[in-house]
Amino acid sequence: MMDLTPTPSQTVGPYLHLGLTDLRSIPRLAGDDAQGERVWLTFRVLDGEGAPVPDAMIELWQADSEGNYANQDSTDGESFRGFGRLATAENGSCTFETIRPGCVAGPGGTVQAPHVNVSILGRGILKRLSTRLYFAGDRANDADQILALVPENRRPTLLARQDAARTSNWVFDVRLRGECETVFFDV
Amino acid sequence: MSYSFIQGKRDNPKKSVVPFRRHEPGTQPDYLYPAYRATRLRAPSQPLIFLPHTLSEVTGPVFGHSDIHPNDRDLTLQHTGEPLGERIIVRGRVVDGDGHAVSNTLIEIWQANAAGRYAHAKDDHPAPLDPNFTGTGRTLTDDDGFYSFVTIKPGAYPWRNHDNAWRPAHIHFSLFGPAFVTRLITQMYFPGDPLFAYDPILKSIPDERARQRLVSQLDMETTKPEWALGYRFDIVLRGREETPFEMQGR
Repeated sequence: MMDLTPTPSQTVGPYLHLGLTDLRSIPRLAGDDAQGERVWLTFRVLDGEGAPVPDAMIELWQADSEGNYANQDSTDGESFRGFGRLATAENGSCTFETIRPGCVAGPGGTVQAPHVNVSILGRGILKRLSTRLYFAGDRANDADQILALVPENRRPTLLARQDAARTSNWVFDVRLRGECETVFFDV
Repeated sequence: MSYSFIQGKRDNPKKSVVPFRRHEPGTQPDYLYPAYRATRLRAPSQPLIFLPHTLSEVTGPVFGHSDIHPNDRDLTLQHTGEPLGERIIVRGRVVDGDGHAVSNTLIEIWQANAAGRYAHAKDDHPAPLDPNFTGTGRTLTDDDGFYSFVTIKPGAYPWRNHDNAWRPAHIHFSLFGPAFVTRLITQMYFPGDPLFAYDPILKSIPDERARQRLVSQLDMETTKPEWALGYRFDIVLRGREETPFEMQGR
């Protein structure tokens, strides 16, 4: 009888690009035909000393503009994939093109505020870090049951900031450790 | 290169979300493992916040056969000549925590060449590159959850974690499984490697039995006479809880 304990995770290491991003990046989560408000999400990964992390990888998974996930009952079909993956550049950043997700069904008949599910992988990260990006100023945030699990003083770490000059651009800092550390979830 | 996506099963997601089981203590590494130096500035210091699974966690991307080229699973056929080193076959089965096959799921691998050098601009280990070896592959599991790769046995290589630090030979594995929370990135090792005792990345897994699960086994069934040794590497992804909790429609 095979042991059915899940296989342990290991770091993706410094050469992740070879297998995962050199030829396999997915910078666009939504094709030209996808319905919804087009947005650009810039992630900036910083370490415990505030230095940019140049060898991390971000993966995103999100619903379409109606709150449906692509392999469930999304009406957008092939034009909406909802999955993205990029390595960070030397400045610790990467930018995805997508559409702003809709509200997703939540526990007990509630709805979840628009959010993007985020994985952070990298050298020195022994297992996937998991967080969520919410959009600052979205009225649905106030009723989101997952945000409500987060101590109020740490909630801002989950809010992407809108670029004042280019309002379709949103910026999300991932602070791995220390001051203003991003909230990570046990999923 | 772009991925195309196929449409998966429609299992009426708004009605019920069946959560995935949580890991047993000690069977996965902690984030902070000071002997692995890079964790000291990259591991969170705050406790993680427990997130009950919602639709966002139990869904995930689906990849199809159009994402795979025939040579993707044979790393020895990707260039004009044959790579140097010991040709091997790595084969295994991907199952979930209940032992059910995880079929048609994407597996991506990458590795150093036989000399212990990655075809990566940032690898400055003074070992030769092999013009006939890139060291990257991918495949989908079949209907019974099986996969196989043909490749070259990677070499051990030094790193700068501590004085005289060497990584045991390994192949990086990336798997998706059926949901965002079944995503797994890990490393496969080779049996009996004397470097295990010195490797903080492997030792970051507290449970010795769990650690052994990353060590492949020499497999004479997979081995092809007069051609290549076979190694067996089975992978277990998280399974679902037995009792679904009901969700009301929106």
